[in-house]
Amino acid sequence: MLWLALHFRHLPLETFTRGVRGSGPLAIASSSGSGAPLVACDRKAHARGVRCGMAVAAAWALASDLKIVMRDETAERAALERVAAWAFQFTPMVSISGPADVLLEVAGSLKLFGGLGRLRQRLEQGLAELGYGAFVACAPTPLAAQLFARAGLSVRIQHHDALHHELEKLPVSLLDHSPEITAMLGNFGVHSVGECLRLPRDGLARRAGQRLLDDIDRAVGRLPDPRSPFVPPPGFSASLPLPAPVDQVEALLFAARRLLAELCGWLAATGNGVQSLRFTLAHEDHADTQVVMKLVAASRDHQHLTDVLRERLARIELPCAVTAITLAAEQLQPLASHNLSFLPDARHHAESSARFVERLRARLGDEAVCGLAAFPDHRPEHAWRVCEPGNDAALKELQAPPSRPLWLLVSPQPLREVAAIPHYDGPLSLLAGPERIEAGWWDGNDVARDYFVARNPVQSVLWVYRERGASGGWYLHGIFG
Amino acid sequence: MAAPSLDAVLNHSAIWRGNDCARVAVPSVPTGFAELDMLLPGAGWPAEALTEIYAERPGIGELQIVMPAAARLTQAERWLVMIAPPHIPYAPALLGHGVRLSRLMLIRPETVEAQLWAGEQALRSGSCGAVALWLNRVQERALRRLQLAAERSGALAMLFHTARTPPFSSVALRLHVSKANGRVIVRILKRRGGGIPAPVALDLHGVTGGQPATLHQSAPLQARFLQAAHRSVKNA
Repeated sequence: MLWLALHFRHLPLETFTRGVRGSGPLAIASSSGSGAPLVACDRKAHARGVRCGMAVAAAWALASDLKIVMRDETAERAALERVAAWAFQFTPMVSISGPADVLLEVAGSLKLFGGLGRLRQRLEQGLAELGYGAFVACAPTPLAAQLFARAGLSVRIQHHDALHHELEKLPVSLLDHSPEITAMLGNFGVHSVGECLRLPRDGLARRAGQRLLDDIDRAVGRLPDPRSPFVPPPGFSASLPLPAPVDQVEALLFAARRLLAELCGWLAATGNGVQSLRFTLAHEDHADTQVVMKLVAASRDHQHLTDVLRERLARIELPCAVTAITLAAEQLQPLASHNLSFLPDARHHAESSARFVERLRARLGDEAVCGLAAFPDHRPEHAWRVCEPGNDAALKELQAPPSRPLWLLVSPQPLREVAAIPHYDGPLSLLAGPERIEAGWWDGNDVARDYFVARNPVQSVLWVYRERGASGGWYLHGIFG
Repeated sequence: MAAPSLDAVLNHSAIWRGNDCARVAVPSVPTGFAELDMLLPGAGWPAEALTEIYAERPGIGELQIVMPAAARLTQAERWLVMIAPPHIPYAPALLGHGVRLSRLMLIRPETVEAQLWAGEQALRSGSCGAVALWLNRVQERALRRLQLAAERSGALAMLFHTARTPPFSSVALRLHVSKANGRVIVRILKRRGGGIPAPVALDLHGVTGGQPATLHQSAPLQARFLQAAHRSVKNA
């Protein structure tokens, strides 16, 4: 067993700040009221002398522009759960512990990710993308890993012998017991775990309680320490509050990127791809703005989703500043992961063209991008259809009729006639025809025409027809291009 | 040691004569017209460079001269992207030219900026075989951007227009298409490798894309017209 512990020391603060790039001085208060102590403050506030534990009133005296937000413990818990769901892509055994720890059992994943070093690197990179700064420590027992992470030591211990030695140096206060016990041990002159271990066990158990001894035994690995595995939720919905309302698309995208990173981790963990996403942008005093992003093919590629979203956001008009952003995955589809291949293969091609279409549609609108299909109908205007790009359902065995122009006019253009000869930049001379097309009586759009290939004096080759029946006019219907 | 003959020396690839196109190995796609291939550096439409096709008037064969190459690319599963075409590309005719319609994409952006953006995206996407744009009055700066995008794309980038552009543009190949006596005359205005060759006349095998049988070229045109019109009226 090998455990990675992630300790989120700044979770109360990061719950609010990770959606914005560089905020003003901000502090988190444990409750409302001016006497409430601060639980966290950002770097700018710290530079002004604001410290944790300070009363709100005292902090305001130091920094008048300090923004104070009430701590949101449910949001912290939800954030931790989302990190756990995201971390599922690295291992099937993830557990949440305490208020700010996530544990990963990674012994089985080392080979897949190319060793502990690489795995940790990816994990830390991913956490930075999510907007968290976590302390990561690695140890053979979950509790020991947690203790090292809480101590801020990014150790990498893989064997029990080394564990014992390193653990002895940790202060006993990390063990999360009541301050009285820590103070009592301090009075004995016992500060570190090692010193605890050297005391007679029965005496220590009598004075400090059996729990302290059990905790140390669990950390060292003498007692079993089963953890309850976290089960990722079946659906994905996450929201991110923005401490300073945002009215610029670029800033909004920054926050949305965080949510998309969470989503992609969760998708990778559950083996799914997403095909439709809904962003809900909350405003101070205006109805929410809904942004739905539909994809041609399911995806879980962070960069791609960000690219599509950037184009999509560029098209919307924000009625006023956004105070919170919520992302929900609406349409999920199982998506197998990639095999790495040295040469680009057909699947890679198909995927990159689907992405290309999505990017175009996000910016230009759905109707602006289409494919064409031929349809078996004699009437020229009904012999083609608009379809999805890349639609293979087009009739393959369809025979192309002779003499068809590359360009078809949207609607036939009546031609001027001089002495019974149609004119289009001069009198037309007919090269081929007539080809009689008489069809469509069954759907009310019946046509009766004689088509000719014609050329005008300036050498354009045109497709013209003469209406059969009473009116008998000449029309231009296509250009041979 | 025998002295090398003059021909052997002149055929060396490092020697370029002013009246001749330099022989350069550039990625290209055969045009499907042997006469035209001979005039183009790389013996085909240049991939990874912008080609400008300036038609004297619309509808004189400017699109047909690119169809063989475009059709071949779609058969090789590469996309043929048409951006802002002036009319509806007619699916049955494309089929007749051998285009695989499932590899055809039509993009109709509303503004010129969006058209250029779409062109650039198409070239950068890496999955396109040919990108055809219809633009009139395009800025030199936009052309340079397209040229840059084309250089890394591996795709044919074709720019069609009927308006005159600045003659010293960054486009790699400029063609002028006109028509005389039923034949398409292609004149090269600019090419890489230097030299302006004499115009070449292409026979497009009729106007139907590979089915010349339907054309009756022997009868005097005006007489044919009157006969046909007559028949049409009688039948009505």
